[in-house]
Amino acid sequence: MNALARRRLHEDCAAFEMALAGERIACDPSGVLFLPAENCLVVSDLHLEKGAAFARRGMFLPPYDTAATLALLSLALERYQPARVVCLGDSFHDRKGAALMPAGERATLSHLMRGRDWIWIAGNHDPEPPVGIGGETCDTVAIGALSFCHEPRVGIRRGAVSGHLHPVARLAGRGSRRACFATDGERMILPSFGVTTGGLNVLDRAFHGLFDASRAFACMIGQSGVYPVRFAALAAG
Amino acid sequence: MLLIAPTGAGKTLAGFLPALVDLSRRRRRKPGERARGVHTLYISPLKALATDIQRNLERPVAEIGLAVSLETRTGDTSQVRRQRQKLKPPDILLTTPEQLALLIAGKDAADFFSDLRYVVFDELHSLVTSKRGHLLALGLARLRRLRPDLQTIGLSATVSDPAELCRWLVAQAPGAAPEADLMTVSGGAKPEIAILQSDERVPWQGHTARYALPEIYAAIKAHKTTLLFVNTRSQAELLFQELWRINEDTLAIALHHGSLDVGQRRKVEAAMAENALRAVVATSTLDLGIDWGDVDLVIHVGAPKGASRLAQRIGRANHRMDEPSKAILVPANRFEVMECRAALDANYLGAQDTPPLRDGALDVLAQHVLGMAVAEPFRADDLYAEVISAAPYAGLDRATFARVVDFVATGGYALKVYERYAKIRLTEDGTWRLTHPRFAQQYRMNAGTIVEAPMLEIRLVRRRTRSAISRGGRALGKIEEAFLETLSPGDTFLFAGEVLRFEGIVETSCLVTKAVSEEPKVPYYGGSKFPLTTYLAQEVRAMLADPARWSALPEQVRDWLAIQKLKSRIPGPNELLVETFPNGKLFHMVLYPFEGRLAHQTLGMLLTRRLERARAMPLGFVATDYAISIWGRADLGAMIAKGQLSLDALFDEDMLGDDLESWMADSWLLKRTFRQCAVISGLIEKRHPGQEKTGRQVTVSTDLVYDVLRAHEPDHILLEATWADAATGLLDVARVSELLARIKHHIVHQDLDQISPLAVPVMLEIGRESVVGEARDADLREAAEEAMIAMAMDMP
Repeated sequence: MNALARRRLHEDCAAFEMALAGERIACDPSGVLFLPAENCLVVSDLHLEKGAAFARRGMFLPPYDTAATLALLSLALERYQPARVVCLGDSFHDRKGAALMPAGERATLSHLMRGRDWIWIAGNHDPEPPVGIGGETCDTVAIGALSFCHEPRVGIRRGAVSGHLHPVARLAGRGSRRACFATDGERMILPSFGVTTGGLNVLDRAFHGLFDASRAFACMIGQSGVYPVRFAALAAG
Repeated sequence: MLLIAPTGAGKTLAGFLPALVDLSRRRRRKPGERARGVHTLYISPLKALATDIQRNLERPVAEIGLAVSLETRTGDTSQVRRQRQKLKPPDILLTTPEQLALLIAGKDAADFFSDLRYVVFDELHSLVTSKRGHLLALGLARLRRLRPDLQTIGLSATVSDPAELCRWLVAQAPGAAPEADLMTVSGGAKPEIAILQSDERVPWQGHTARYALPEIYAAIKAHKTTLLFVNTRSQAELLFQELWRINEDTLAIALHHGSLDVGQRRKVEAAMAENALRAVVATSTLDLGIDWGDVDLVIHVGAPKGASRLAQRIGRANHRMDEPSKAILVPANRFEVMECRAALDANYLGAQDTPPLRDGALDVLAQHVLGMAVAEPFRADDLYAEVISAAPYAGLDRATFARVVDFVATGGYALKVYERYAKIRLTEDGTWRLTHPRFAQQYRMNAGTIVEAPMLEIRLVRRRTRSAISRGGRALGKIEEAFLETLSPGDTFLFAGEVLRFEGIVETSCLVTKAVSEEPKVPYYGGSKFPLTTYLAQEVRAMLADPARWSALPEQVRDWLAIQKLKSRIPGPNELLVETFPNGKLFHMVLYPFEGRLAHQTLGMLLTRRLERARAMPLGFVATDYAISIWGRADLGAMIAKGQLSLDALFDEDMLGDDLESWMADSWLLKRTFRQCAVISGLIEKRHPGQEKTGRQVTVSTDLVYDVLRAHEPDHILLEATWADAATGLLDVARVSELLARIKHHIVHQDLDQISPLAVPVMLEIGRESVVGEARDADLREAAEEAMIAMAMDMP
C-alpha cells in the first residue's frame, strides 16, 4: 500500500504506553510522542521543504512533501490537542527551507502553531531559528522528567529524548523495515516524521552504545499499532 | 547499411572496410594544418569488446601498412588520455554508447566530429533492445545533424525483423519510414547440438541440473576448452562450486560473471585468451561476440529461454564459419527438456525470436535534452525535429516533447514552485540555456542508462573478534543490497565460488568471513531472469499437444506426459488447461499458460484479486515459466461445477483494466522501475562511490518519493515513463494480454481428485519458495515430495 495512505490509516490505532525514566509517555503510531502529564506532543525530523532543498541542487523532487508532512502532523495534533509542541530538530531540511517556504505551506504551518507553545530544537540541518516563523528555538529543553535534544550521544543522561538517526527496525527472518521508537526505558530516539525521510536500522553502528544493550527495544510501528520488540529479535539491513 | 551475418563470418572487419579504404585514400596532412577530427566511430555494447576489436584491428591495419591511429575511449580510460584525445583525436575511435553521449554533450562536439565519415555499430541487435539503444539513437541523431552525409554501418546477428534495424540506422521523417540497405550473409556450418542424455532421473523442478554433473564433467574432460553458460549469477556460482567438488583431475575451471571484481574477471579473460583454461562457467557477460581462445564445446545449463539467444551462445564455439559449432544442452528439469528440444528444433530451422523494439523511453529523452543544453543552447523546434529523426522517437508528439523539456527545466510539476531553481531556461532569443555550469558537471556525472540495483561491495575479513568486526579486507565483488537485506549475521551464502558467512554491513561494504560449512544456508532466487520467449513458448505448447513429437523426448518425460494424458488431459496448442484438485486441507487451481515467469507472476496476482472478490478465499500463488498454481480454502472445482465461479469471467480481458491499475500502483515492481526512471531522467543523482559515507538516512528514498508523487500528481511524466517500462518489461503485460486473447473460449477445466503429473513441478515450487533450506528439514520435505510425486504418477 502507498506509504502515505498507510500512515493515514493509523488514526484508529491505539498508542503504545510506557514509562520513560519514570515519565508516562505514549508512542503514537503516527510517529509522534505524547506526554499526557505535560499535555505536550513531540515530533522529530520533519525535514520540511526537503523537495525544495533538493531542487536547489538541481534535483526536482516532488514539491508536495511539506504539504503531506503537515497534513499528517495536523492529524496527530487533532488527536492529542497538545498545549505544547516540541519539534526535535531537523524540522527543515536545510537552512534556507524556512525562509523560502511557499506561502501556502507557511499558512498551514502557522495555523497548526496557533494557540500552542511551540519549541524548535536546533538540528544539524537547521541549526538556526526558522526565518519568519514563530515559536521559540533552543538546543535543549527539559519537560517533566525528560530532556529533549536533537542528537543522541553515548553516555547521554537518563530521560534524554532525541531524534536525528531516523531509527527503523526489521524482525529477524522475514519482514520489511518499520519506523520505530528506539529505547531502553531510560532514553529514547524518535522515528523521523517527514514523508520523504528514509531510515537507519537500529542495529547499525551509529546506534552502538546509545542504549543499555540488555534492555534495548524498538517500538515498531506496524499497520495496526505499535509493538515493542527487543533488539535481540531484530535483524540488520 | 545493415550487415547481418552469423558469428564467425568476420563481419566486424567487414564493417571497418569502407572506413579503411577511405582512410587509405586520404591525403597526408601538411605540417601546420589543423589536426583532423575523428574519421570513424565504432560503438559496441561492451567495454571489453571495444578493447578486443582494437587488438584484432591493429594487426591487419599494420600489415596493410596504413597510417591509421586507433584508440579506445571507455569508462576505464584515464582523464589524461581523454583530454589528449580531444586535442588530437584518433582516426578511429572505439567506444560505448555512454561515452558517445558525453562526447556529443561537449562544447567542442562540432569540432571533434567535423571530419566524421563513418559510424559502425557492432552487435546492433543487442544495443537496440534497451534504453541504451534509445540513448544511442538520440546520439546518432545529433551526429547526423553535425554531419548530414554520415554513413552508418550496423553489424548484427540474425534477427526476426531486420527492417526495424534498417530504420534505426537512418534518419526517419514524418510519414515515411526509410530503411538502410540490407546485406545478409547466410550459411555457416550447421551447429551440432545435442541434449544431454543422463542415466540419472531428470528432476521435476529446480534450475541447478545437479543430476547431470558427472556427464558435464566428462564432457569437459573430453574437450580442449569448454564454455558453460548458465542464466543467472547464482546458477554460475553453484555450478562452479559443484564442478570443483568433483574435479579430481584439478582441471583449470574458472568462473566469470558481471558481479565479480574487475581484476578477477580480467585474469579469467587473459587466461582464456592464452588457452590456459579447460572450462569457464559464465553468465551473459560472455554472450557477445568476443573472440577468446579456442573454445571447442559450449554447454548450456538450464533452458536457453529463447532460440536466438541459444544460437548466439552456441556461436561461441569454434568461432569459425566453416567448422560446425558443438554444443550440449543440459535441461535442469522436465519442462526444460521440452523447451531445449523446441529450441533445438528452432535453431535448426533458423527461427528467430528477438523481441520487437519498443518506443523510445521518456526518461532517456529527458537525459538527452539536458545533455543537448550542456552542449549548446537549443531551440525546442530544432531539437524536436532532430529527436523524431531517431527511429525509437519517430512517433513522439510535440506536446509530450514539451513536457519532457519542462521536466528537465523544473521537474514538470503542476505546482510551479521550482521556477527559480530551473536547470535550463527559455531565454529572450528563443533558445533554452543552461542556467549554471554546475548542471553540466551534474550531467556528466550521471549520463548513461545503466542503473544498477543498489550494490554493496563484499569484503572478506578475518573472523570476528570479540570487539567490533575488523575493517578492510579483500574485495570479492559486488552484491545486491536487496539480497543482503534478507540475511541475518551468521547466514551463509555462495559468492565468487566460496561459501561465505555474512557478518554485517559497515557503511557501503558487506563484511563476510570464510564459512566453516560447505553448504550455503541461504539459496537465492535461482530461476531464469530471461522470460521464455513467445516463440519458444508456442513451440513447447505445440510439442506438448502433439504426442507424435514426444518420441524425440527421453523416456521418463514421455511416461510423464502419457500418464498426464490418462489421468487428466493434454492441452491443445491454443487451449488453456485449468486443473483443480484438493491437496491436504487446501484446494489448488493449476493452469498452464507457458508464457514465462514474469507474465505468470502478473497473471497470478490479478487472478488472486479476482478470486478474492468471487469469495473463493485464495491464500497464495506461485508461478514458474510454465504454470501457475493458486491455492485457497474454498473448493474451486466445486465452485466451477456449481456455476458459482465462471472461468470465462475469471479470465476476461477486462482484468487488464482497473484490476491491473490498482495492483500495479503499489507494487514494489513499480517502485523499482520508478527508481531507474528517476535516475536516468536526472530527477535524482546516481550513487557514486564515496558519497555514501554519511550514512543511508541522508540518501533519497525513491520509494517515498514515488508514494508522494503518486498521491499528489499521478499523471506526472515520470510516472508515465515508469508505467510504460513496467508494462513492457517487468510485468510483461503485453504477454498477459496476448494470452487472454488467445485462450478466450479455449479454457478447458479438469476437476481432479488429486494432483496431476503435469502439476508436480509447480506444486514442488510452492515449498521451495518459502522454505529457507535448513538441512534438518530436507529429509522431511523430500519424503513429502516423493509421496506427492508417487500420488501424481500412480496408475489406478
